[in-house]
Parts: sequence; C-alpha cells; structure tokens
Amino acid sequence: MSTISPLPSWTMVWRQTDYWTTVYKRTWKGTAITSFVMPLFYVGAMGVLLGGFIDSGDAQLEGAASYLAFVAPGLVAAHAMQTATGEVTWPVMGMIKWHRTYYGMTATPLAVADVVAAHLMFVVFRVATSCGVFLVVMSFFGVFESVAGVLVAFFVQVLIGMSFAGIFFAYAATLKSEAGFAVIYRLLVMPLFLFSGAFFPVANLSAPLELLAKLTPLWHGVDLTRMLVLDRVDGPLALVHVAYLVVLSAVGWWLAVWRLDKRLEV
Amino acid sequence: MIRATGLRKKYGDLEAVRGIDVEVRPGESFGFLGPNGAGKSSTMRMIAAVSPPSGGELSILGMDPAVDGPSIRARIGVCPQEDTLDNELNVRDNLVVYGRYFGIPKAEVSSRADELLAFVQLTDKAKAKVEDLSGGMKRRLTIARSLVNNPDLLLLDEPTTGLDPQARHLLWDRLFRLKQQGVTLVLTTHYMDEAEQLCDRLVVMDGGLIVAEGSPLSLIQQHSTREVAELRFGVGEHESLATKVEDLAERVEVLPDRLLLYTSDGEATLAKVHERGLDPVAVLVRRSTLEDVFLRLTGRTLVD
Ligand SMILES: Nc1ncnc2c1ncn2[C@@H]1O[C@H](COP(=O)(O)OP(=O)(O)OP(=O)(O)O)[C@@H](O)[C@H]1O
Ligand SMILES: [Mg+2]
Repeated sequence: MSTISPLPSWTMVWRQTDYWTTVYKRTWKGTAITSFVMPLFYVGAMGVLLGGFIDSGDAQLEGAASYLAFVAPGLVAAHAMQTATGEVTWPVMGMIKWHRTYYGMTATPLAVADVVAAHLMFVVFRVATSCGVFLVVMSFFGVFESVAGVLVAFFVQVLIGMSFAGIFFAYAATLKSEAGFAVIYRLLVMPLFLFSGAFFPVANLSAPLELLAKLTPLWHGVDLTRMLVLDRVDGPLALVHVAYLVVLSAVGWWLAVWRLDKRLEV
Repeated sequence: MIRATGLRKKYGDLEAVRGIDVEVRPGESFGFLGPNGAGKSSTMRMIAAVSPPSGGELSILGMDPAVDGPSIRARIGVCPQEDTLDNELNVRDNLVVYGRYFGIPKAEVSSRADELLAFVQLTDKAKAKVEDLSGGMKRRLTIARSLVNNPDLLLLDEPTTGLDPQARHLLWDRLFRLKQQGVTLVLTTHYMDEAEQLCDRLVVMDGGLIVAEGSPLSLIQQHSTREVAELRFGVGEHESLATKVEDLAERVEVLPDRLLLYTSDGEATLAKVHERGLDPVAVLVRRSTLEDVFLRLTGRTLVD
C-alpha cells in the first residue's frame, strides 16, 4: 500500500469478478429503470414531442436531419456520463465508510490499484450495457446514418464514462460526507447535461459560454458521438476529442488510486 | 514469523506506537494486552501489511511489508477489531467472495465456506443478510472469513469481544486446534482468562510502549505475589481503610469496590486484618492472575 502503483495486476482484478457479479445480481433490477427506461423517456419527450415543434434546417442542427437525430447522440453521451457518475459516487463512499468493503479487500492480496481497476471495470460494464441498449433502440428510430459510426460510438461511450469515473471516484474517495455529492450534481453534472451541446448546438451560446462549454469533457463526448453516428466525421477534431477523453480518463484513474490509497492508509 | 525492531506508528502528531521490539516464532501463540489506546490495533495493522510503519524495521514471514504486501497478505488471516463484512452480501457469499480474492478456485472455496460456516455454527444463517445478524454472529463470521485462505499466520484483534461464553469457548477450542496444526496466532484481548488460556507468550503495552513481556506464568511471578486477598467494605470506605492495612501486604491496590492485598499467604494476611478489628463485608483469597499483573503495570483493570 505504501508504494502506489496505479497499474493493477489483472489477475487480481479478475479475482474480484465474483464480488461484482454478486453486486450486479443484487442491484440490476433497481438500476434497470434508470439505465434502460429513463433514456427512452428523454428521447420521447425531447426528441419526438419537443422536436416536433422545432423546425430548423441542417445548418442549425450540425447536419442532423431532424431534431430527434440531433438530440439522440447527445442523450447517449450524457447517459454515459450519468451512468458512470452514479457508479462511483455513493457506491465508493459506501465501500469506504458504510460497508468498509475496501478495507476488507485490501487486507487480502489485492492492492488498492487492483481494487480501483475492478471497480472501474464494473463502470465500463455498466456504461457499455446501458449505452449499448440505448444505441440499439435508437437505431430503430432511423436516426443514425452510419453503422460503422454507431459501432465506434459505442466504444466512445465507454471512454466518456471513464473520463468521468476516475475523477469522481477520486472525489468520492476524498469526501468525508455525502453532502459533497449534492454539490457536484448541482454544479457539475446537471449544468454539463444541459449546456454541453446535447440539447442544442453550443454555437447558440454567447461566445464566452461557448468556449466554456467546449472545454468540458461532455461536449467532446457529445460532439464525437454525433459526428460518428451522423457520418460527418471531422478527422483532426475527432482526434482532439479522443485525446482529451483518453488523457482525462488516465489522469482520473491515477487520481482515484492515489486518493483511495491515502484514504485507506491508517 | 514476525520480527519488529523499534517499530513506530504516527498519526499526524500523535505517536500511537513508540518503538517496540517484538519477535513471534513459528507455531507460537502470542498476545498483546493493554488498555484502550495502548497501540495494539495500530501494531496489528502494521503486521497485517495494511498500515505502513512510520519507523523501525518490520519483517513478516521473512518479507518486507512495504515491498511484498500482497504476498504477505496472501498467507495471513486477519480478523480486524472492527468488522469489515459486506453488509449487502449474504453470509455465505461473504466467505465465497472473500476466498476468491485469494485466488482459491470456485469449487474449493465453496466447500471451504460450508466447512467454515459449520465451524462457527452459522450454517443455518448461510442465506441470511449480514445486516440481520447479531453482533456476536458477525464477529464469528469475521473469524470464519479470516480462515478462508488457510493462513500460516492468524491475526486476531479482540476476536471474542461481543461473543457469548459458549461461543468464546468454541473459538478457543478451534484456535487450539489451529495451533496444533502449526498455525501461528497473534491476538489482542481485554480478557485475561483468554490471554492465559491461549497465549504462550505475551506483551503488555501501555502508551505505545511494551511494559512487560513473558509467558503468563512468568509475568505473574515477576510482577505479582503468589496470592491476593480481596476485601470488600462499604461503599466509599475503601480509600480510607487502605492506610490501615498497608503494612500487612507487599502492595495494596484500591479499586472502587474493593481492596486488593498482594501477599504470599492470603489466609495469614486475612487473619491479621481481622485482628485489627476490621470487618469486611466480603472476603476472597485467590491466586494472582494476569489481571493483577495488568493492574500493576498499567494502573488499570483489563476491561475498563
Ligand atoms: N486511523 C487513526 N488515525 C488517528 N489516530 C489513530 C488512528 N488509529 C488509532 N489512532 C490513535 O492511536 C492510539 C492507539 O490506538 P489503537 O487503536 O492502536 O489502540 P488499541 O490498543 O487497539 O486500543 P483498544 O483497546 O481501544 O482497541 C489512540 O490514541 C488512537 O486514538
Ligand atoms: Mg484496538
């Protein structure tokens, strides 16, 4: 524990599969609604019903044929963020404070880096399943232009999830009380959800706000997802998006290991 | 098995362990005694390779915990003072999932879990939620869990706190058997009968230091007299009466509810007390125990 290596041993990560399987078996029913049904409510309300009143051309919707086609990739990306965040806020605090699970785990051959890696792999699983289902369902609405783009977008969702998971994991491992979560949900997650280009082109914002929006990870994720599924990939920009999300994921991961190690070290 | 020299643990400004030397040999059962806050758990956590020492040398199973933490932890069993059971998993899953962390194959861990449940008499609770167990049952489950990897070295921090007498005796019996199989035991306890029963050797800690070391018997011989006469007077009288019997014993301890007269011959001392016209409400002559050693060394009773 004293020598922090952020790199896990994958053997040790694998040994935690039974734990996470048991957790999933116990919780999947509770998360099924938020994971699989809520996104469709958004699509229905925003895309179909609200979209019916929005009459604007391709130019204003970044090349999307309809508002539904515009908003769908945005909703998927935002859903990746929310799913990932949900799995590393209260759950991480619970495993430290309420259930002390991490203390039990790190008394075995598992090291902090292994424990963090396994938890993040569970996040990958959760984001992949819930965003995967979302993408499949949306494809029936005929809003996607490219099959290959959708496939790549699927992996992009995992990357978006990871870019939030590491950072928020680190934050949760540092927090002493759950009151801190309300702060990030109100000041970060909700504003990101609303203003990162999921619902309207960020060009509609005033210049300074547009710049601010473009600095957020969610915008990079939304824009990347949208260009992929609408088959309008801008190569260099896509690379910038990917690089941004990869760097953020890596830094977040490292921070998570560092903070949890500090927290568990007694 | 364990060799510590000048071992220290600091939490910020507070030094909980202030340089202790301990050596535990293979197959031995070794105890840490000491009042609350003495630094027992801090020491145990360092030995369990979860808490890095702030100073001194520490070697466990011939390895350095700072370098070989995972390999050390693979071969030890830990029952921490505070339970770290997973409240959200059921009783049996707690054992199975934990066993998997050690890389034990599924089929093996499954039969091992059943064995261990039987051992701590929780078989009928296998499917129960941990949340619904009583405190003592949780403790038993934690002990069972610490055995899941067949450890060479078992660390038990107050294993029997909260257990009923029947469960304690059951555990003692099982620990004896483990010892016979060659498992090295290290435990902390606030129960002197437990220490006397289980420990070949023990140390008494106070304020982060070791104040005495030896076998239970040798500690009693070194730090106490052969017998003790306990005198009980009316409430509040003990302090003032102590001066009247001071010269009758090698040492007199005043407890809130009784006087302890340390002497080689309890009955003779008692006779002299009566000669002085003192009339205790109740008397008891007994042999010295570890409790007396503890009282002498730390000024406190074991369970305070
Ligand atoms: N994680 C921690 N952070 C800060 N201080 C701590 C921590 N753990 C223990 N201490 C302090 O270190 C000292 C020794 O504590 P420790 O838990 O080792 O005592 P102990 O001998 O096990 O006591 P008890 O019999 O009550 O279990 C105490 O003063 C305690 O407050
Ligand atoms: Mg303790």
